[in-house]
Amino acid sequence: MNRYVWILLFVLGLVAPFVVYPVFMMKLLCFALFALAFNLLLGYTGLLSFGHAAFFGGASYITGHLIRNSGLTPELGILGGTLFAALLGYLVGSLAIRRQGIYFAMVTLALAQIVYFIALKAPFTGGEDGLQGIPRGFLFGLIDLNRVHVVGGKPLALNLYYFVFAVFCLGFWIIYRTIHSPFGQVLKGLRENEPRAVSLGYKVDRFKLMAFVISSAIAGLAGATKALVFQLASLTDVSWHTSGEVVLMTLLGGVGTVLGPLAGAFTVVTLQSELTSVGAWITVIIGGIFVICVLLFRRGFVGELGRLLKRSL
Amino acid sequence: MKTSFTRATLLLAALVGTSGMAAAPTEKISDGVVKIGVLTDMSGPYSTLGGKGTQVAVEMAVKDFGGTVLGKPIRVIGADHQNKADIASAKAGEWFDNEKVDMITGLLNSGCALAVQKVAGDKHRITMNTGAASTDLTNKASTPYSIHYVYDTYALGKVTGQAVVQTGGKSWFFITADYAFGQSLEGNTTKFVTALGGKVVGSVRHPLATADFSSYLLQAQSSGAQIIGLANAGTDTTNAIKQAREFGIGQKGQKLVGLLIFDTDIKSLGLNVAQGMQFTSGFYWDRDDASRAFAKKFFAIHKAMPTMDQAGAYSATMNYLKAIKAVGTDDPDAVMAKLKAMDISDFFAVHGKIRVDGRMVHDMYLMEVKKPSESKGEWDLLRIVKTVPGDEAFMPLSESTSPLVKK
Amino acid sequence: MELSFQTVMSQVMLGLNNGVFYAILSLGLAVIFGLLNIVNFVHGALYMLGAYVALLGYTMLGPLLGKPDFHLNYWAALIVAPLVVGLLGVGVERTMLRRLRKFDHLYGLLLTFGLALIIQGVFTNYFNVSGDAYEAKPEALNGAVNLGFMMFPKYRLWVIAISLLVCFATWFVIERTKLGSYLRAGTENPELVKAFGVNVPLMITLTYGYGVALAAFAGVLAAPIYSVSPVMGSEMIITVFAVVVIGGMGSIMGSIVTGLLLGMVEGFTKVVYAPASSTVIFLIMVIVLLVKPAGLFGRES
Repeated sequence: MNRYVWILLFVLGLVAPFVVYPVFMMKLLCFALFALAFNLLLGYTGLLSFGHAAFFGGASYITGHLIRNSGLTPELGILGGTLFAALLGYLVGSLAIRRQGIYFAMVTLALAQIVYFIALKAPFTGGEDGLQGIPRGFLFGLIDLNRVHVVGGKPLALNLYYFVFAVFCLGFWIIYRTIHSPFGQVLKGLRENEPRAVSLGYKVDRFKLMAFVISSAIAGLAGATKALVFQLASLTDVSWHTSGEVVLMTLLGGVGTVLGPLAGAFTVVTLQSELTSVGAWITVIIGGIFVICVLLFRRGFVGELGRLLKRSL
Repeated sequence: MKTSFTRATLLLAALVGTSGMAAAPTEKISDGVVKIGVLTDMSGPYSTLGGKGTQVAVEMAVKDFGGTVLGKPIRVIGADHQNKADIASAKAGEWFDNEKVDMITGLLNSGCALAVQKVAGDKHRITMNTGAASTDLTNKASTPYSIHYVYDTYALGKVTGQAVVQTGGKSWFFITADYAFGQSLEGNTTKFVTALGGKVVGSVRHPLATADFSSYLLQAQSSGAQIIGLANAGTDTTNAIKQAREFGIGQKGQKLVGLLIFDTDIKSLGLNVAQGMQFTSGFYWDRDDASRAFAKKFFAIHKAMPTMDQAGAYSATMNYLKAIKAVGTDDPDAVMAKLKAMDISDFFAVHGKIRVDGRMVHDMYLMEVKKPSESKGEWDLLRIVKTVPGDEAFMPLSESTSPLVKK
Repeated sequence: MELSFQTVMSQVMLGLNNGVFYAILSLGLAVIFGLLNIVNFVHGALYMLGAYVALLGYTMLGPLLGKPDFHLNYWAALIVAPLVVGLLGVGVERTMLRRLRKFDHLYGLLLTFGLALIIQGVFTNYFNVSGDAYEAKPEALNGAVNLGFMMFPKYRLWVIAISLLVCFATWFVIERTKLGSYLRAGTENPELVKAFGVNVPLMITLTYGYGVALAAFAGVLAAPIYSVSPVMGSEMIITVFAVVVIGGMGSIMGSIVTGLLLGMVEGFTKVVYAPASSTVIFLIMVIVLLVKPAGLFGRES
């Protein structure tokens, strides 16, 4: 893709907190990263996981616990959460990749329900109240993530924002590199024609498992970062509704496009924050978008745009 | 953010204001408007007992107050936190930073309430919680800017537990929702039951949102306990009561006691099924002339009688505005100081006062569901069996773990 | 609690009672999956819709028609609700699912997921989320029967009996009749069946309609026991999915038997360690998948 587009997006990310409410922007980045991770699996490997909230939410609990109760610095807490998600991804993935298609989706869903149960029951999670009051602390023991800069009369948490932005860029870079590596090419080959990949001598299960672990680790990275932003980890993050939301984001933006999950996350998070006064209609609206997308825009926003521009986005 | 110096001056101004000398009030309202945010569950499982009704109550209070305070307009905004703590926390932060909201009320669901209370405490803004039940809000999570207005699990457990034991219900079996709220409710009730010589013969913990309670009810039945305590809420409670009726439990010998029940739950069950049950409430619309007058006005707009959450939100808003008027500023420190000093007596609370830990202490009521034959109308559901003074109902400061309580 | 004969038998009965709901719902899912290859996520919402048709038919239909004294009674609701929901299903299949036939089956899952959100959202807007009571339980089914080891409500016995009847009738039609053989052949090779002059698209539409009608039927059966609420289906559907996976997707008898068994397993868990009762099915699922990846009754290679 055009280099200028990347630079433009990066600059947008840098100036965003001065224009948009920073917490909203950070939430957006976390969900966008989550959707990107999910898309690595659905878009580039062809596996629909209906239990990705387990990694997202699971990591946010672990990170919260490490920072709040074990006194770790934020970056170590996030690292811990991410590693946990990778490990969990390995376990879930090993079980799930034995099945394909819809079975795969069902298996991931069921395993995620077990994670949900643990999140509700484990002694450190705070049950349905969630793990509250996670301190943001000092990054590397030096940079105060709570520090608020007053710009134009508005208090802005710039330290935290740029940290989250950096995490997002890191995650994005890892996913981008994965997609465009030889490994990514094999994944795409798998998605298109699995028997052929097998006949070419690829150990298909190993590739799938690898993709699953990377995807769940990045999803965990997103959830861990979110725990720091909101200073809490809650059951919502591990519930199947969140798993459904990330599917929606990816589908809406465009499955198998690099920028699609970004656009999808932007739309869904904005809707959720702007439609807080319409009551339960929000569920109807999101459901409606789902239906319209599936029926009319299976390529998503970015996919359709790419088709118009005749290039891959 | 204001410096501590200006806050001290404002506090001074506030004290001057209360002592009757007319301080110039014109610039004492930050941003030229008092904004009240109603942040609660407007679409989920608790939306019938809070939801839009809470916003209606707050808007009524603003209208009844006259729409302005100290010559400045009062605005109400509402949002649905969808029972997601992150949405609640983000919305509250945005309201404080960008919308200049001065006070947030409603806040059903303890998870959301704790998250918002934290944000508000950090930003020095006031929360007046009318919806959530957790005692954490006035204990380890309390801040100088948090008020818990209506009820909590301690008061529910204590009032119901003591009253039932005193009338002979000595042995208990709990059917408890297996999450923090249910456990806290069971724990608090157990404490008062055993203190009065009662005993708990068993309990069973069920997952949240259980559809079929028959298995638990049979376990409760065969335990031989006189009282089956339901330490759960919402659909779990109504399903359990309904099915107890189906199995003939709670009619002869054994008695069902609900620990958190709202008028709307009784409405949903019907008197036929719910009759005779006892529970504790912070408000009942048919208590006296003042509460009936409010309820009538509320009903005209919302088409339902007010729950304790909704009535509490009206009262909280009204007293918040009165405090602003009295101190001549909307500065949070000054307003909180005034709120904690005022006597709060209105249609909602009798002899109410807000303690240092933010707990609003007021009379609580032991309610009993009427028989169908006693009911004179669609909303004539309950009778007040006993009025328990606030000091006896709520957790005493000596037991508090709030950082605000000096020991 | 000690496990006396009496306790065990009571829990078996109660477990069977919950099991028939799982069976009838997973049967509908299996029928739909067998022919359309779609995981019907909207199943839970349609179960809820069935209960609401019964409730509203009793409380609101009369006033709506200008005859305040008219109430749709329970027996009529048992027929009307599945018909209404079945027709809705036919509409959904004709207008939406059909267009997705040539794409990945995952789109069917996503579409029905969206539909579930819409239906649930609409009902949440208009009805009490904490549930409404359905008061039209027939007089004849009030009271309890002494089974020797427990007093069991008559209504629940009726639910068990009629559900088992419906389940096995469905199984019989699909596995043992000519109509059923067309259905099964249609799953394997639609082109060939078409060549025999069978209207395959119509068959698919009707199968979907029947599958969702089963969900509505279960909803009416549930209305007098549980609170009728907009979320009653979404709480149920995830568990039913696990039941289907354990049984092996697409197996008719498998889904029935697994539903009944798991209802009983859940019942026992409620006595032994109640907090795990909503999770035990998922644990069993993991074990089954480790040992027998295709499910207990699955035929997949």
